[in-house]
Parts: sequence; structure tokens; C-alpha cells
Amino acid sequence: MYKIQHADKIAENIYEFWINAPHVAPNAQAGQFVVIRIDGKGERIPLTISAVDGENVRIVFMAVGKTTTQLADLGTGDQIQDIAGPLGVPSEVKDWGRCAVIGGGVGIACLPILARALKDAGNTVTGIIGARNESLLILEDELRDACDELVVCTDDGSTGFHGFPADILKKLVAEEVVDAVWIIGPAIMMKITSMATREAGIPTFVSLNPIMVDGTGMCGSCRVTVGGETRFACVDGPEFDAHLVDWDELMTRQRIYPEQEKKSLERYHEHTCRCGERK
Amino acid sequence: MNLRPADDRVHDFEEVDTGLPEQTAVLEALRCMECPRPMCVQGCPVSIDIPAFISAIAQEQFRDAARILKQDNMLPAICGRVCPQENQCQGSCIMSKKGKPVRIGALERFIADWERENGVESPGVAPSTGKQVAVVGSGPAGITAASELARAGHSVTIFESLHKAGGVLTYGIPAFRLPKDIVEFEIDQVLAMGAVLRLNHIVGRSVPVDELLRYDAVLIGTGAGLPYFMGIEGENLNGVYSANEFLTRVNLMHADQFPEYDTPVIRGSRVAVVGGGNVAMDSARVARRLGAKVYLIYRRREEDLPARADEVQNAIDEGVEMVCCSNPVRILGGPEVRGVECVRMDMCELDASGRPIPRPLEGEESHFTLDVDMVIEAIGQGPNPLLSGLIPDLERGPKGTIVVDDGGRTSIPHVFAAGDIATGAATVIWAMGSAKKAARSINQMLAGEE
Ligand SMILES: Cc1cc2nc3c(=O)[nH]c(=O)nc-3n(C[C@H](O)[C@H](O)[C@H](O)COP(=O)(O)OP(=O)(O)OC[C@H]3O[C@@H](n4cnc5c(N)ncnc54)[C@H](O)[C@@H]3O)c2cc1C
Ligand SMILES: Cc1cc2nc3c(=O)[nH]c(=O)nc-3n(C[C@H](O)[C@H](O)[C@H](O)COP(=O)(O)OP(=O)(O)OC[C@H]3O[C@@H](n4cnc5c(N)ncnc54)[C@H](O)[C@@H]3O)c2cc1C
Ligand code: SF4
Ligand code: SF4
Ligand code: FES
Repeated sequence: MYKIQHADKIAENIYEFWINAPHVAPNAQAGQFVVIRIDGKGERIPLTISAVDGENVRIVFMAVGKTTTQLADLGTGDQIQDIAGPLGVPSEVKDWGRCAVIGGGVGIACLPILARALKDAGNTVTGIIGARNESLLILEDELRDACDELVVCTDDGSTGFHGFPADILKKLVAEEVVDAVWIIGPAIMMKITSMATREAGIPTFVSLNPIMVDGTGMCGSCRVTVGGETRFACVDGPEFDAHLVDWDELMTRQRIYPEQEKKSLERYHEHTCRCGERK
Repeated sequence: MNLRPADDRVHDFEEVDTGLPEQTAVLEALRCMECPRPMCVQGCPVSIDIPAFISAIAQEQFRDAARILKQDNMLPAICGRVCPQENQCQGSCIMSKKGKPVRIGALERFIADWERENGVESPGVAPSTGKQVAVVGSGPAGITAASELARAGHSVTIFESLHKAGGVLTYGIPAFRLPKDIVEFEIDQVLAMGAVLRLNHIVGRSVPVDELLRYDAVLIGTGAGLPYFMGIEGENLNGVYSANEFLTRVNLMHADQFPEYDTPVIRGSRVAVVGGGNVAMDSARVARRLGAKVYLIYRRREEDLPARADEVQNAIDEGVEMVCCSNPVRILGGPEVRGVECVRMDMCELDASGRPIPRPLEGEESHFTLDVDMVIEAIGQGPNPLLSGLIPDLERGPKGTIVVDDGGRTSIPHVFAAGDIATGAATVIWAMGSAKKAARSINQMLAGEE
């Protein structure tokens, strides 16, 4: 069992947990993830390592389905059954020169650990974060601190730049002030945003999020097509060259279980209402 | 075999073979001739003293029989159930020349089950040597090695990346062939000797390689868990699984009990399983239990199926339809699977070993389409590359196996390997046999250091 040292709601439907995981934290690097299982009947779900402090790792997640909703219902001092990691190949951190790290929605959570690693490697780092509106923005202060410069975008203009991170990235590309780019967020956002760097051939990494089971390369659930080849996102990735990814296949494969996901969440809501377990 | 009726068992995951009753076991044991030069022992990869344990059964000395078995095989309840006995001990039994071999596997299982019910004698553990040994992977290879090493008095830590120990025994082989409480019981025996099990630890990631190499000795038993895909069109459609994924969802994550358990699995109504080995049979029989009409597509003839003969018969009895001399060329649909297009294979030419060489037929009648909504590919697994790829200087074979000598020694002096990672996908008993040899080498090396 692994203890939740600290649980916090940081935006509408978005939660930040620090989990005690002495086997994960000391070796975790930017770009890696954990697989967690809440209890003996739970599903294994992947979540990115957002930060590390001593023996603890931070995860930031959006409550979208049964498992993440159940997780959100846990609090400081509660325990989860399993956490495995760090998994995946770390981000390619080296002295690129000028880097842009771009986060959309809950994907912003992946940026702090990456921005810090890139800075430590000698890069100048521009952070660009975007959300539908102000209330969904997360980790703004932390990123302002971790990056040399931070640009905030909202789709509705409720704060910062009125528009998408892609617009800002296009500007950076046109001004020729960026040498490497990371984009992390929903698949559709990564697909569209990465178009900005395609023509200029700027190295652009995206963190793919297919459905996973083991996270250790044993099942092939997470297979994605990159450059015409089948790769396993959990062990060959999750970061890949954005310009080679088959985005439509990824998005289709994220929707293998819509009915089961709905049923599972409904059942959970019914159960928690009856027992009054929900905090 | 004492099999439950097919139309009964196909609705649940309870064990198909209910085992020998005591009286039958004793009668079966009496059939053994106690050959002075027993052929059966040569057929067993760990050379169990088969006539001796069978003779003890014939005299109803079950405790003695268990002791004899355990000298060479720590996991008899498992081997008695899943060993391909027809090619090993039983296949070599002198009695098979006269028609029916002694049912050695069933007797082995009988004794193991008897012992479990009547209290297990714990083997003596040598005084502590103060040596630290790391065992990577908790499949049959890792468990066997850990047991030998703990018995020799070393302090053993087993690292397992999943949340449950057992390797393929836990996530691959379905409960109706190998009940999971038996696997747990056998693993608990090893832990009772003092070995420590660390779940959720991915060696190479949670435990970095330099930390691993600081142990006095290391045994790598990471298995052949990498699923191969055919590389045909339509393979990434929703509803195409590797056998590993399908079996893991059901065996490890209990997707058959969704939504009671959270992990889903597609319940195809018409399922094609591709392949002909044990993994394919298991997938087909699990799919049947989830309620599907199941076709098994195999490129050679039915008599060439590499799976255990008993399990092929069980699958047929349970209603799996064999579509032999056929090979898939394309999976149809989008985004969901709607069918699989196959080509018929010509079997005229034989290779040197007498097996037919499958060649696709040409012409109009050569292709046909099966109307299915799910495809499971069970065409083989490769060595797990995760850890071995991270250790510099570790010599690997062309197919990604770790190169070892007869004693399980690798190119790094204090690192050893056993099981499927060293041999390529093989069997439980081969994994155990190679693990025992490697453990012996480790014990020798550590004794020499003192
Ligand atoms: C490497 C990796 C890192 C991830 N990191 C994070 C993270 O840091 N924070 C976070 O909130 N989420 C992250 N995800 C996504 C997270 O794993 C899913 O949100 C989670 O599995 C959903 O589980 P659930 O039972 O709550 O929802 P489900 O009932 O399984 O699904 C509900 C909804 O979420 C969608 N969904 C399911 N699985 C995924 C997935 N893998 N990716 C995207 N959408 C999915 C479904 O299509 C559905 O619409 C990551 C995924 C991967 C593969
Ligand atoms: C579906 C199926 C049916 C089978 N049926 C039979 C049968 O009837 N009879 C028979 O004899 N054989 C059968 N086999 C083959 C047999 O199961 C294998 O040969 C045997 O399990 C190999 O044992 P192993 O210990 O080498 O590896 P595995 O059983 O594969 O165990 C390896 C373990 O190592 C873990 N691991 C991997 N990498 C790491 C890492 N980096 N860190 C920590 N842990 C790690 C894995 O999670 C796994 O638990 C079957 C196989 C399958 C897949
Ligand atoms: S271990 Fe396997 S091969 Fe050896 S005697 Fe037992 S069943 Fe036969
Ligand atoms: S070969 Fe057959 S008959 Fe002879 S000892 Fe072995 S089991 Fe008994
Ligand atoms: S999640 Fe199973 S192989 Fe990647």
C-alpha cells in the first residue's frame, strides 16, 4: 500500500496528489510515468510524473472516468494498492538551445519536471500553457518559476492571450527563436499544434496517451504507428516525433471501450450515492 | 483425465480436469513397472525419480512420494497440470509401447494436491551466508531460483514489475487449467523460506542497473513477454488483441467479471484466434467462456498443431472451430473489426523434419473471409527486451535472448539468466530446470568467495 501524503483539488475537476513511492521517486525523470491501481478490483491506469520530492511523486489528473473519479474521492492520508514506475523512456534532455514546452489542459501537469530538466541542461525555456478558460489553468506560478518565460492562453480570453498555444508557437517559429519543442495535451491538440513546426523541421516531441494495461511492454495495448512502424508507447515512448505520428489511429484506439467506461462510471456513482461514501 | 463435461465447463473458469481420486491414483501407480533403467526419467527435463515416487504412491506412502518429488521439482502442483507430458516423461514411458503410458503427470499432481491438503513440510534452510542475491522476475524461473537460493541461506530479493507474482502462471495460463490459488500457494512456500518479494518494481527503472549489479549475484528471469504481431493490414483496428493482452485482461485483471472489476475487455460475438500453440488454445477457450463463437486459424494441418494434444481436444470439445491450412492476410473493418480475410495454404511439400511447408494458394478460390468482430493474435512472443537492453556488456543472441552457458552464466561474471529470457519461449519445466542450474552455479560462486 502506498500513502497519499497530500491531496489537493487545484482546478475544476483537476487534482494534485503527492504519493509516497520510495521505489519510484529517486529515479524518476522528465517524460516518465507511473501506473497505479487503487484497490484489488481496480484498473491499472498510467499517469505522468509531474514532480518529485524526496520519496514522493506528484501526479496531476483530471477526473474523467471511473478510476480517476474514485481517485479524486480519496484524500490526504488514504492509501492506494499499487504504484509502479518510473516507466517509459525519459525525455531527450540535452542542450538544444531554445526550447518551448507547451501544455494543453491537464497536460500542463507534465511540464514542470521537464522545464526544470531542460533549464538544468542549459536551455532557455519558454512555457506556453493553454486551457478552455481561466478556471481550468493549473500550475501557473510554478511554471513561471521553472521557465524563463511563460505565455498563458485561454480559448475564451478570460485571461492571458486570447487563442491557442499553436498561435504562439507559430510566432516563435516565424521569428526563428526555437530549436526544440515539447507538446503535451489531448491528442487533437498535439496533432494541431505540432503542425506549426512541421515545415521548419524543428524537432518536436509529443507524449502519446493510448490505453495501456501493464505499461511494461508485455501486452501491446498501447501500440501506436510512428513513421509507419508499430511502436509500444509504454516502452518505446511515450514521447515520439510529433511529425511521424498516426494521429487518427491514436484517437480511434483511445475509444475502444466507450460503453464499458460509461457503465463503470455510472455504477460507481450509484454505489457512492447509496453508501454516502463520497466526500 | 477426469474432465468436467464440456457444456458445463464452458460457462465458467473452474478447473476442467478435476484430478485423480485417491483409489484411482493408487491403481494407476500399480501399473508402473519400476523399470531399472527408467526411460521416463530421461524424458523429464528435471529428472525426477519417477519410479520411486510412483512406487511410494502404490504403497500409499503419500508423504514419502511428496518428499521424493520435491527433491527435483519445487512446483509439482503446477508441472503436474501444465507440463507437455506426452512429449516428456509420459512420451518416453515404456508402457506407451504397449498402448498406454503411466499417467505420470496426473500422479504428480495428485501428490502435490494431497500434500497441500495435508500440510506441507517446509524444507530446511541453511544458516545465513550474509550474501545478497537479486532475482528479477517472479515467473517459474525466478521462483525456482529464489527457492534454491533461499534454501542455501542467501538473502534473496525477488523483483516483479507487475502487481502480482507468478509471471505467465498468473497472467497467461487461464484458471481453468491452472487455478490461481495453487500458484499463490506455491509462491508463498518460497516466501516462507525468507525470500522477500518486491512487487511493482521494474528492474532497470525502479531499480537502476548499477544498483542491481551491486548485489553479490543476480539472476535474470524476465521471460518472453514481448508479443509479436503479424504485420498485416488492419492490425491496429479496435478489436484486435495480442493473446497476451486478452489473457492479461481476463486472468490478471479479471475482465470477465467486469463491471465488478474495473478492467474491460471486448466480448466479441464471433472471434478469430490466430496461431496453433498453447497460447492460441488458451485464448480460444477463454473467448468461448466469454460467450463467443470461436474460430482458430492455423496455417498447417490440424495434426500439426503444436499445442498439447489434450488441450487441442479440450478446445474442440468446448466448441472451438479449427480453420486449418489457412493464414490471415488482412483484417477488415474500421474502426471496429468486421472480418478477417484469409488465404488457403497448400501443404504438398514437406520439410526435412517431415512437416508440411505452408504456401499460399493462388487463384480465385484461394481467399475467403470469416465474419468476425474480434481477432486475437497468438503467433508467439519474444524475449522481454526492457532490462537486458539496459545492461551494458550483457551479451545477447540474435533474437534478443540473453546468452548463457550450461550453468546459466552470462557474459557478466556475477549475472545469471534462466527461463524464457535465456531459451526463448519454452515451457514451465524448462524454465525451472534452467533456473535450478543457474542457482547451483550461483551457490558455487558464492561459496567460493567465502
Ligand atoms: C503515458 C500516459 C500518461 C498519462 N498521464 C496523465 C496525467 O498525468 N493526468 C491525467 O489526467 N491523465 C493522464 N493520462 C490519461 C489517463 O491515464 C486516463 O485519463 C485514465 O486512464 C482514465 O481512466 P478512468 O477510468 O478514469 O477513465 P475511463 O473510464 O477509462 O475513460 C474515460 C474517458 O477518458 C478517456 N481515456 C481513457 N484512457 C485514456 C488515455 N489513456 N488517454 C486519454 N484519454 C483516455 C476515454 O476515452 C474516456 O473518454 C495519461 C495516459 C498515458 C497513456
Ligand atoms: C498463455 C500461455 C500458455 C502456456 N501454456 C503452457 C503450458 O501449458 N505448459 C508449459 O509448460 N508452458 C506453457 N507456457 C509457457 C510457460 O508459461 C513459460 O515458458 C514460462 O512461464 C517461462 O517462465 P519464466 O519464469 O522464464 O518467465 P515468465 O513466466 O514470463 O515470468 C517473467 C516475469 O518477469 C517479470 N519481469 C519482466 N521484466 C521485468 C523487469 N525488468 N523487472 C521486474 N520484473 C520483470 C514479468 O512481469 C514476469 O512476471 C505458456 C505460456 C503462455 C503465454
Ligand atoms: S516435471 Fe513434468 S516432465 Fe517431469 S515428471 Fe513431472 S510432469 Fe513429467
Ligand atoms: S518408464 Fe513408465 S513404467 Fe517405467 S518406471 Fe517410468 S513410468 Fe514406470
Ligand atoms: S501497455 Fe502493455 S505493452 Fe504497453
